Amino acid sequence: MFDRDKWQEIFSTISKNKTRTVLTGFSVATGIFMLIFLLGAGRGLRNGMTSVFAQDATNSMQIYGGRTTKAYKGTPEGKRIQMVNEDYLGFKKSIEKLDVISAMSYIPGAEIISYKNNYGNFNVSPVHETYKEIKNFEILEGRFLNEKDIKENRKVVAIQDVVKEVLFPKETAINKLININNIKFKVVGVFNQPSFDDNSREIYIPITVAQNIFNNNDHLQRISFTLNDISVDESKKVEQFITYQMAKRHEFSPEDKNALWIQNNIENSQQFAGLFSAIEMFVWIIGIFTIALGVIGVFNIMMIVVKERTKEIGIRKAIGASPSSVVGLILMEAIFITAASGYVGLIAGVGLLEVITKFDLINKIYPPAAIYFLNPQVDLGIAIGATIVLVVTGALAGFFPARKAASIRPIEALRDE
Amino acid sequence: MIRLQNIHKSYITGTNKLHVLKGIDLHIKEGELVSIMGSSGSGKSTLLNILGLLDNHDEGAYTLNQEEIKAMSETKAAKLRNNLLGFVFQSFNLISFKNAMENVALPLYYQKVARKKRNKTALEYLDKMGLKDWAEHMPNELSGGQKQRVAIARSIITQPKIILADEPTGALDSATSVEVMNLLKEINQSGITVIIVTHENDIAHMTDRIINLKDGRIESIIENNKINSKETIKIPQE
Repeated sequence: MFDRDKWQEIFSTISKNKTRTVLTGFSVATGIFMLIFLLGAGRGLRNGMTSVFAQDATNSMQIYGGRTTKAYKGTPEGKRIQMVNEDYLGFKKSIEKLDVISAMSYIPGAEIISYKNNYGNFNVSPVHETYKEIKNFEILEGRFLNEKDIKENRKVVAIQDVVKEVLFPKETAINKLININNIKFKVVGVFNQPSFDDNSREIYIPITVAQNIFNNNDHLQRISFTLNDISVDESKKVEQFITYQMAKRHEFSPEDKNALWIQNNIENSQQFAGLFSAIEMFVWIIGIFTIALGVIGVFNIMMIVVKERTKEIGIRKAIGASPSSVVGLILMEAIFITAASGYVGLIAGVGLLEVITKFDLINKIYPPAAIYFLNPQVDLGIAIGATIVLVVTGALAGFFPARKAASIRPIEALRDE
Repeated sequence: MIRLQNIHKSYITGTNKLHVLKGIDLHIKEGELVSIMGSSGSGKSTLLNILGLLDNHDEGAYTLNQEEIKAMSETKAAKLRNNLLGFVFQSFNLISFKNAMENVALPLYYQKVARKKRNKTALEYLDKMGLKDWAEHMPNELSGGQKQRVAIARSIITQPKIILADEPTGALDSATSVEVMNLLKEINQSGITVIIVTHENDIAHMTDRIINLKDGRIESIIENNKINSKETIKIPQE
């Protein structure tokens, strides 16, 4: 099989029948190229979507106060619903299957944060220590806020890696004191926040500190919590339960859809999971059809090749070629062409995906779509598998006509014009 | 060298059965120069194809080089063709994408002779045919006579025992025909058995023995030794 002479014979045949070679190669290369590109694009879409929605735990819910749109018990519409600590404590006690819960308040006024001569304008969010479980933080250094920080009103802070880059470009941040609106806070941790929003530059401080120092009230901007082992239907019941509880406490109509904003990630993530698998399936269907078309193309061309070469086969047989050498010649040629052009298609497909990523092409062509398309990569195993499938089927496609040609009597082959 | 006893051959075309050879008995000795003559449809090409193992016979016994030829595998037949036989065809049957030298060398490829050696041998044989300068030319750049000489070089490169020529001059003008016949006679004089199928009288008369076929049977065998002696061959005038 790896006889040098045989390969020379095959190469001389290939190089002297360029059109045929190019046509076969082209159909294979396009098939693989399309498959790789589609799989990569599908993966990119999936990565993009995931990263957009991965910032919240998939079993979490968030509640924001809204403004009423219905008059209720003498209060006119347009009343602002301000969540307070009591709501947080109420939920903490009453929601079934609750895993962790965290409230978030806010700091009024501009937030100038500085360390020595470095300063910046960052978003400071006062939260409970459990907030870490709700957002998918990755702790890079130190720790996140803990229970003691909250209870003891410690002036500590966890900062995002981008914030650290600004405030501490050349030194470690842990245990350093930074100024937030002229109050000193000790850095206890640096984290990374997977988020589609590249501009996010977050700083978290204990909620108790913010309420006592900056606000002097018990107002909350939002309440987030996660639920254990919960179905979409159950999560809807929780939504309802919260609405009724809040409606009673803050006196608004439970029918009022705008008094309270509830973001139900359990429901959302299920929808997205469905969307992902639909995209994945779509890509696979297209991929399989592309491969099938490539196989049919190779099969077609091999049939024509063998037909075209019938006379040559007859001549070869007349001067002493055995049937196996004839089959071998055609088969090896088919395998070589499909393998080589499959490889070209593979490289081209992967190359295109690389170029798209490297030069951020989507962002240049259509920026709004860019956040939904991240790292279009293709699983190398799948890519190589697809190429092998095509090579094997290409070989099979060559084998049957070649065997037929090799088995007809030389005199019949010679008569073929 | 070749012994045929009661050879029959039929072709089935659709519902018709065409009985082409109806019992051929023939003995060709080593070193003979024989021609098989007959009008078209007489079965002369079929006979040659059976002799050349390009086709198989239905009935009868065929002994080639002391070996009984019966239903044998294509692989075995290919090996015998490669070692024992050389073919010259009316339509030359050169491989169009190979140059003259590569065409001549091809039988040696199937004998697993190394590339350099077989190309060198091919050049020697082309030189014998006076075609050394044409070695790198493709078949479509050669004249009919040149193509046939390339085909003859190809047929003798394996030093076969028998050359089978199917209308070797059929596509050539008369002067070239004589050249080709002279080559075949030279080959014969080197000890190789040469069997020529032709429908041209003058060509047949250049051979030792003429076997006349008619309707699938041998009609007559003419011993022709006189003409084949060292006499000069006259260029036939049309």
